[in-house]
Amino acid sequence: MSNELDFLSRRVAQGKLSRRDFLGRATALGVSATFANSLLAGAARAEGPVKGGIIRAGLVGGESTNSLDPALFMTQVPFAFGKMWGEMIVELSPEGDLEPRIAEEIGSSDDAKVWTLKIRDGVEFHNGKTVTPEDVVATLERHSDENSKSGALGYMKGIERLKASGKEVIITLKEPNADLPYLLSDYHLIVQPNGGKDDADAGISAGPYKISINEPGVRHGGERFANYWQGDKMGHADQIEIIVINDATARTAALQGGQVNMINRVEPKIVDLIKRLPGVTIRNHSGPGHYVFIAHCNTAPFDNNDLRMALKLAMNREEMVDKILRGYGSVGNDFPINSAYPLFSDDIEQRTFDPEKAAFHYKKSGHDGTVLLRTSDVAFPGAVDAAQLYQQSCAKAGIKVEVKREPGDGYWSEVWNKQPFCTSYWGGRSTQDQMYSTAYLSTADWNDTRFLRPDFDKMVIAARAELDNDKRKAMYRDMAVIVRDEGGLILPMFNDFIDATGTGVAGWVDDPHQELMNGYALAKCWIEA
Amino acid sequence: MSSPILKLIAQRIALGVLLLLAVSVLIFAGTQILPGDVAQSILGQSATPESLANLRAELGLNEPAYVRYFTWLGGILTGDLGTALSSGQDIATSIGGRLWNTLFLAFWAAVVSIPLAISLGLLAVRYRNGWVDKLISGLALASTSFPEFFIGYLLVYFFAVKWQLFPGISTVYDGMPFLARMQAIALPAAVLTLVVLAHMMRMTRAAILNVMQSAYIETAELKGLSAIDVIRRHAFPNAIAPIINVVMLNLAFLIVGVVVVEVIFVYPGMGQYLVDHVAKRDVPVVQAVGLIFAAVYITLNIVADIGAIVANPRLRHPK
Repeated sequence: MSNELDFLSRRVAQGKLSRRDFLGRATALGVSATFANSLLAGAARAEGPVKGGIIRAGLVGGESTNSLDPALFMTQVPFAFGKMWGEMIVELSPEGDLEPRIAEEIGSSDDAKVWTLKIRDGVEFHNGKTVTPEDVVATLERHSDENSKSGALGYMKGIERLKASGKEVIITLKEPNADLPYLLSDYHLIVQPNGGKDDADAGISAGPYKISINEPGVRHGGERFANYWQGDKMGHADQIEIIVINDATARTAALQGGQVNMINRVEPKIVDLIKRLPGVTIRNHSGPGHYVFIAHCNTAPFDNNDLRMALKLAMNREEMVDKILRGYGSVGNDFPINSAYPLFSDDIEQRTFDPEKAAFHYKKSGHDGTVLLRTSDVAFPGAVDAAQLYQQSCAKAGIKVEVKREPGDGYWSEVWNKQPFCTSYWGGRSTQDQMYSTAYLSTADWNDTRFLRPDFDKMVIAARAELDNDKRKAMYRDMAVIVRDEGGLILPMFNDFIDATGTGVAGWVDDPHQELMNGYALAKCWIEA
Repeated sequence: MSSPILKLIAQRIALGVLLLLAVSVLIFAGTQILPGDVAQSILGQSATPESLANLRAELGLNEPAYVRYFTWLGGILTGDLGTALSSGQDIATSIGGRLWNTLFLAFWAAVVSIPLAISLGLLAVRYRNGWVDKLISGLALASTSFPEFFIGYLLVYFFAVKWQLFPGISTVYDGMPFLARMQAIALPAAVLTLVVLAHMMRMTRAAILNVMQSAYIETAELKGLSAIDVIRRHAFPNAIAPIINVVMLNLAFLIVGVVVVEVIFVYPGMGQYLVDHVAKRDVPVVQAVGLIFAAVYITLNIVADIGAIVANPRLRHPK
């Protein structure tokens, strides 16, 4: 049977059999439509990308206040558009390895303190100039400067010295960091001519598409850059276009109506409806993003570990994944790392809903009265519902939770990272070190659980300098267990990215790092004839 | 035109300018009481006390409020709306395109809805209390009673998704061919038409019916004019003042009240622009847009007033 299907799917890819006929014959052979479609996609990939045409995306996360300066990127549209026109020093491959881009090779000294990037020959900027090691140095310098307000400033501050010498860039760090190559894959670090010091928002880099349209908050477009250095791998369509559609219903309608070929952020509650539409394929995959309930470990009553443990045990994780994510996600285990990260240990015992044990810890904590939980719609989709579900599961353990709904406007400045117990979300980072350094170091600005533990800080810094992966993995396991058992983080669920593509979109590869194939969907996909 | 009427018009315009000044004070005061200040929202998470103090000094936030108000007002009077804090772009330039888009949509919605509403109103009067009247009123009231986002989604579902006649998203851009642009705005213009239709239609009907009770209408009927002629030549001219008023009110709505429709159809107009900048606490933009909206409202109201005066001899020749 599979031989015949293989044969048929190749015929479709060659254009000798129509898609509809193929699906009909496949069904006759007793194959489900989903499986038949995936066979087709595979065959199309094997047949090679179709060049030419225009491919469009309708995305949420663009505002009329967006700028082309990569240092200021924050939301999804600048992120995805940046991947179209920008070229990175290194990138993460869909498999989680490092993929060399402008840096051809990366090497380090034995103590992980001095790093050498060998810059690739013959990569061209859109303005015709060649990318030099000096441009890379200038880019890194600009993002290390406080005045650039760069989103990557947090890690770039760890650079002590930058130097271009011959074809190489030499980076000397203040502290050893085995993760530096991963940090360089941060989406803000787009290489610009002279690092963008002359004109930060000129929108010139060495990516697969040249900017042809830039109307912030409305639409962005690009034309294929003829001299792109790896044009065989990316940049199949002649033109790409991103239309900003912040309204979820309008986004879905645009996909259905064929005005766009792909959309991001399909809401879990409508996934099942959209799945049934002809031509539409849901592209969901797990990622590092997670929804959290966070308690400040240094503020009463949450400064008592028994109370925190009671609150963790009173969380019904399965129910959260089921009802809030509609199954598009996985249960969390109260530490912010999952299999999307390198060096993840999957043998840490899964915490489950246990009202009796929760009641035991609650009694032991000596806390009396209600626990005030603040929440808002903007914390994560379904946050208010999640808070109410939690209130009920806590009630089963005899813990009284009062849910206070806060206005969405100002939630991130007035409630999150300020109030002792609230709901929130994290998009995740590319390495464990980044995640722990951003939110669990005593000195981190975004330490939103007020997890102040000198011993833990030492572990983070030690793991950062460790080049032996086995030892490092063990260290990360120990850190995860500490956060899980003693931290203020209640992490019920990791959410999937849910994108959707329309008729004829081929070349999709799941990428666990960010939505839309880590932002590359428009450059890596093509439209089947 | 006699001089008393010119005097009246001058009075109205002067009053309008005064009102606009008062509104500008209100807008300025209102944006001052928004929680958090601009410096804080620009720096966000990375704010340190020193950088906050520096930025406040740079933006002139340390000056007393009245000084800042007059600096701002002076800028506006000389055509300088300032620069957006969030993107550093000149506000006047970026508003220009948006305002043009908003006016374009409002214009075509008005071109369809106003004649339609008035003729439907006339028809309803002609066949008052009959089934035609009831049908027109019923449909118009129904379309107004539905929230505009619901009508929007309904039209998108049928016209964009099911039948694929019109695009469901109305992104327009500079240099777009006229026909493509018209096709793009077809659905949002239809929604706006449906939303404002009933108000104007019902008002036309009521105003004319009011006049229809008068003795001179009976005279006109008795001298043998047809029903439509009675309405057209005798009733309508005397009912025009309230109709102009309601038309202007709806025109103002078409320009300043279309945020929801813009969001649903992803139309790059003023409403979306305003909302984005309110979320970013970009006060100069919010103030500028607020003032433009106020100016539109006041101007249209002046036009309505003047129209009513010109149409009414009793107001034209006050004793």
